[in-house]
Amino acid sequence: MATKGIVKGIVSNLVTVEVDGAVSQNEICYISVGGVKLMSEVIKVIGKNAYVQVFESTRGMRVGDEAEFHGHMLEVTLGPGMLSRNYDGLQNDLDKMEGIFLKRGEYTFPLQNEQLWDFEPIAKAGDKVAAGDWLGKVDENHQPHKIMVPFAFAGTYTVKRVAKAGQYTIKDIIAVLTDAQGADVELNMIQKWPVKKAITCYKAKPRPFKLLETGVRTMDTLNPIVEGGTGFIPGPFGTGKTVMQHAISKQAEADIVIIAACGERANEVVEVFAEFPHLDDPHTGRKLMERTIIIANTSNMPVAAREASVYTAMTIAEYYRGMGLKVLLMADSTSRWAQALREMSNRLEELPGPDAFPMDLSAVVANFYARAGYVELNNGLTGSVTFIGTVSPAGGNLKEPVTENTKKVARCFYALEQDRADRKRYPAINPIDSYSKYLEYPEFQEYISHHISPVWIDKVNEIKTRMLRGKEISEQINILGDDGVPVEYHEVYWKSELIDFVILQQDAFDKIDSVTPLKRQEYMLDKVATVCRTDFRFDNFNEVSDFFKKIINILKQMNYSDFESDKFEKFNAELEELMGGQTA
Amino acid sequence: MATKAFQKIFTKITQITKATCSLKATGVGYDELASVDGKLAQVVKIIGDEVTLQVFSGTEGIRTNAEVVFMGKSPSLKVGEQLAGRFFNAYGEPIDGGPAPEGKEVEIGGPSVNPVRRKQPSELIATGIAGIDLNNTLVTGQKIPFFADPDQPFNQVMAMVALRAESDKIILGGMGMTNDDYLFFKNTFSNAGALDRIISFINTTEDPSVERILIPDMSLAAAEYFAVEKHEKVLVLLTDMTNYADALAIVSNRMDQIPSKDSMPGSLYSDLAKIYEKAVQFPDGGSITIIAVTTLSGGDITHAVPDNTGYITEGQLYLRRDSDIGKVIVDPFRSLSRLKQLVTGKKTREDHPQVMNAAIRLYADAANAKTKLENGFDLTDYDNRTLAFAKSYSDKLLAIDVNLDTTEMLDTAWTLFATNFTPAEVNIKQELTDKYWKQ
Repeated sequence: MATKGIVKGIVSNLVTVEVDGAVSQNEICYISVGGVKLMSEVIKVIGKNAYVQVFESTRGMRVGDEAEFHGHMLEVTLGPGMLSRNYDGLQNDLDKMEGIFLKRGEYTFPLQNEQLWDFEPIAKAGDKVAAGDWLGKVDENHQPHKIMVPFAFAGTYTVKRVAKAGQYTIKDIIAVLTDAQGADVELNMIQKWPVKKAITCYKAKPRPFKLLETGVRTMDTLNPIVEGGTGFIPGPFGTGKTVMQHAISKQAEADIVIIAACGERANEVVEVFAEFPHLDDPHTGRKLMERTIIIANTSNMPVAAREASVYTAMTIAEYYRGMGLKVLLMADSTSRWAQALREMSNRLEELPGPDAFPMDLSAVVANFYARAGYVELNNGLTGSVTFIGTVSPAGGNLKEPVTENTKKVARCFYALEQDRADRKRYPAINPIDSYSKYLEYPEFQEYISHHISPVWIDKVNEIKTRMLRGKEISEQINILGDDGVPVEYHEVYWKSELIDFVILQQDAFDKIDSVTPLKRQEYMLDKVATVCRTDFRFDNFNEVSDFFKKIINILKQMNYSDFESDKFEKFNAELEELMGGQTA
Repeated sequence: MATKAFQKIFTKITQITKATCSLKATGVGYDELASVDGKLAQVVKIIGDEVTLQVFSGTEGIRTNAEVVFMGKSPSLKVGEQLAGRFFNAYGEPIDGGPAPEGKEVEIGGPSVNPVRRKQPSELIATGIAGIDLNNTLVTGQKIPFFADPDQPFNQVMAMVALRAESDKIILGGMGMTNDDYLFFKNTFSNAGALDRIISFINTTEDPSVERILIPDMSLAAAEYFAVEKHEKVLVLLTDMTNYADALAIVSNRMDQIPSKDSMPGSLYSDLAKIYEKAVQFPDGGSITIIAVTTLSGGDITHAVPDNTGYITEGQLYLRRDSDIGKVIVDPFRSLSRLKQLVTGKKTREDHPQVMNAAIRLYADAANAKTKLENGFDLTDYDNRTLAFAKSYSDKLLAIDVNLDTTEMLDTAWTLFATNFTPAEVNIKQELTDKYWKQ
C-alpha cells in the first residue's frame, strides 16, 4: 500500500509531512489542499518526518492536510510528440492548460494520445536487445524518432515480436520482449525516466572532437564548441547573453535544440514562441520550431520547479541522444537554478557556503555538466548532447560561486564583457579571457586539419596572439600618447582592431552577417590573416589609422554581402587595390 | 476588523519579536490573514500547532493575551470599476475619505500568466520625451525602472510619462513615499484632470515599513482586473522599489533567515521577478506596463537591488543633470530599452533606428572631445562641431522638458546633423540620407 502522510508544518514551499510508512529521498508526493493536489518532492527525512518541497504556492495549506506518496522520483514521460512543444519545468504541456493564468495543481499530459505515427520496425523477432536498443522508428517532424527498449530495463531480452509497419498511437503495443526468465513484456512507445538520474544506455563516452558549427564567428573560429561539448556564457545584464543564446539556438547545426528558460523573462520566451515558427533552419530549410523543444520556467513561476526544469530538459536531451541525434541544450540561466537551490537550502536551515549558496553547489553543477557528452551507442552509431549554459553573476563579478564552480567543469568559456557592450562591440565576448579547451584536444586538431585545413589551428592561434599584442599596445598608447610609441606599434594595434571589427564583431540582426558558414569563416580568416601578415609603409600614425579604417570598412561591407556575389567580389577587388598602394 | 459570529478567538501568544508573534492555534491556512488586537497580520510559518504571524504594522504594544482572529483568506482586494479615481492604503482601505470599494474580491499576489497566452509586445508608448521615445522607446507590456539617485526628479518624470502615455488606467504604487511626494502626485493628476483614471495605493514614510510589502501586489491585482477583464491598457508606477526590498530584508532578518548579498534575502530575485513579471501584453489588447523607480546609493548599480532588478526588467533609464544646458536629461549612454527594436522603424518612421544610433555615436564623439579639452589638448574642427552638436542635441532632444512626437524628433535630429556635419560624417545608409537630409 502506498505511503500516506499528514502535513505538520509549513514554511513557504517547504512542508513537513509525518508519514505512516517508508518514503525515499526525492520521492514524489501529492498534498491535497482544498481539493487540489499539489505535486511535491521529498528532500530530507528525519524520523517519521519527511521534508518536502512543493512545486507550487502553498497558500491556504493547513496542518492536517493529507499527502499521498507515489513511490517514484520526479519523472518525465518520453515518446514521440515532444518536438515543437512548450513545456513548463515539470513537463506539463503549456498549450493544453486552460485559461490565461496558470492554475495551481493543473498537470497536463506532455504527449499526444490520439496522434497516429508511421511506425517502421528496426528489430526483428529473435534479436537480443538491452536497454536503449532500437526496436523501431517513427517520423517526428522529419526526425527519425527511435522507439527504444526502456532505459530502466536491466539485462538482456529477446525480441518476441515487433509490430508491422503501419500507423499506431503511442499507447498501442509495438513490441513484445521476453526476459531471461521467459516472461513476456509488452511495450508501447512511451517510457518514463527519473530526471535526476543520467541516462547511461550507451557503450562508451569518448572525448568529443567534432566541431559543432554555430555560424557565430567568435565561437567557431576562435573558441569552437564541439558536438557533445560543454560551454558557459557569463555576463552582467545588458551585455547580450540572450541575443547570443538565441543566435546559437537558431543557427547551430544540431538535429534537436532544447531551450530551457530557467527563471528568466517571460517576454524572452514569447519571442521564441513568436519567431521560431516563422524562421527557417539554415541547415535543412525547415521551420526552426520543428526541431525545438522549449522548457519554460520563467522567473515568476514556482521556484522549486525551476530547479526541476534544467533536469527535465537534460533528460529529454539524453533521450534524443539515444536515437543517434545531435542535441543542443541551452539553459538560460543556471544562476537562477543555483538561486533556487539556495532558497531551499536556506529554508532547510543548512549551514551555508559562500554567498549563502549550499555547500554542495559545486558537486551539483559538476554532475549536471557531466551529463552532456558525445556517446557511442550500443549499435556503434553516435549521438551527442552539447550543453551551453548562461550565468548571471551578481553585480557582474565573475568571482562569485556559480561562475567559479561552472568554470571548473565547462570546457568553453565565453566571457561577455561590460566594456565591449558599452562600446557596442557585439557579440561582447572578450577574445582574450575566453577560451575553448577543445582547441588543445589532439582529436579535435586532427578533425579540423581534415575538415578545414591543416594550418587552421595555427592561424587561429596567430590571431589570438595578435589580439593580445594589440591590447598591450593600446594600453601603452593610452599612457604614452600617440606620439610616444613607434609607428609600427600603431600598425600592430590597428591589425588587432581589424580582427576585432571583421572577425569578432558580428551583427546578430543582419540577415547575412548573423550566420557565417564555416567555409566563409575560413575565407575571411585567410583574408584577415593575409592583411595582418603584410608589412605596410607608413610615415605617421594618422596614416595608419586612416588606412586601416578603409580596410575595415571594405571587409565589413563584404561581411554584409552574399558570399562570392558580384558585390562581394567588387569589394574584394577594392581591397586588393588599396593594399597594393600601401605595401612596403 | 469586525469579527464574525462563531469565529474562534485565540489569546495565547507565546513569542513576540519586533515584526512577528507566535501563538498556539489549529486549523490555520498558510498565507492566511489574521488580526492581532485589530492589527493586520499574515501567517508566515506553521510548525505543528504553533503559528507565526508577521504583523504588518509592527508588534509595538501587542500583549501576550492579545485577541487573535484568523480570517480564512489571504490578503485580497475588492476590484471593480469604482476603484478608478480612488486612493488606498497598503491594505486596500480608502484614505481619501470615500466609501470602501465594492466588487469581486480577489487574492493579491495571484498566479502567473501562462507564457503561451502572452503576446509579443509591439505597441509603442509615446511620452513626448525624446530621451525615451527616440533613444529608449517604451512598449506596452514592458517593465522598466528608473535607476536614480534620491535627489533626482524621477517622480516628476514619472508623473509626466504617466499623463502623456495613452493608457486607460494609471495605477500608482507608492512605497515609503514622502507625504510631500504623495501630495505632488495627487495635485499633478488632479490638475491634469486625470484623477478619474488613476488608482493609488500609498504607503508613506509615516506608515509602518513592513506594510509596503503589500503595495506592489495590491497595485498589480487592480491592474490585472482592468487588463484582463476590461481589456484596458494599464500603466503601473511603482516608486520606490528599493524601499520595498528594504522591507523584505527587515522581515527576513526578523525570521532568522541567512542573508545573501548586501543583507538582502536570498529570495530577492524571485520576489522582485514575481512583481515585474506581471507586466504583460494580452492578445485581446489588454496590457500591463510597469514603470518603476529603484533608487541607488551613490550610483552603485552592483548593489543587490539594482543588480537583480537589471536582470529582471527590460532595460533601465538613467537621469543626469547636464551642466552645459543646466537641465536634467535622459542619459543616452547607460539607458536601455530592450524592447525598442520591436517598434522602432516599424511603428515609427523607417529612419528611426539609424538616426538614433548616429546621434548617440556623435554624442559619444563629443564626450571624447570634451575629455581632450579637459586634458589640455587642441581640438580639431570636427571636435568643435561635435561639441556644438552635443549641446543642441542635449537641449532640443535629451532634456526631459521636451514634448514632441517621434516624427518631429527625427526631423529635429536631421536638422542638427545638417547644421553641424556632412552626410559622410553622419554615416547613415545612403537611401535614408537622400530622402531626409535637410538642405
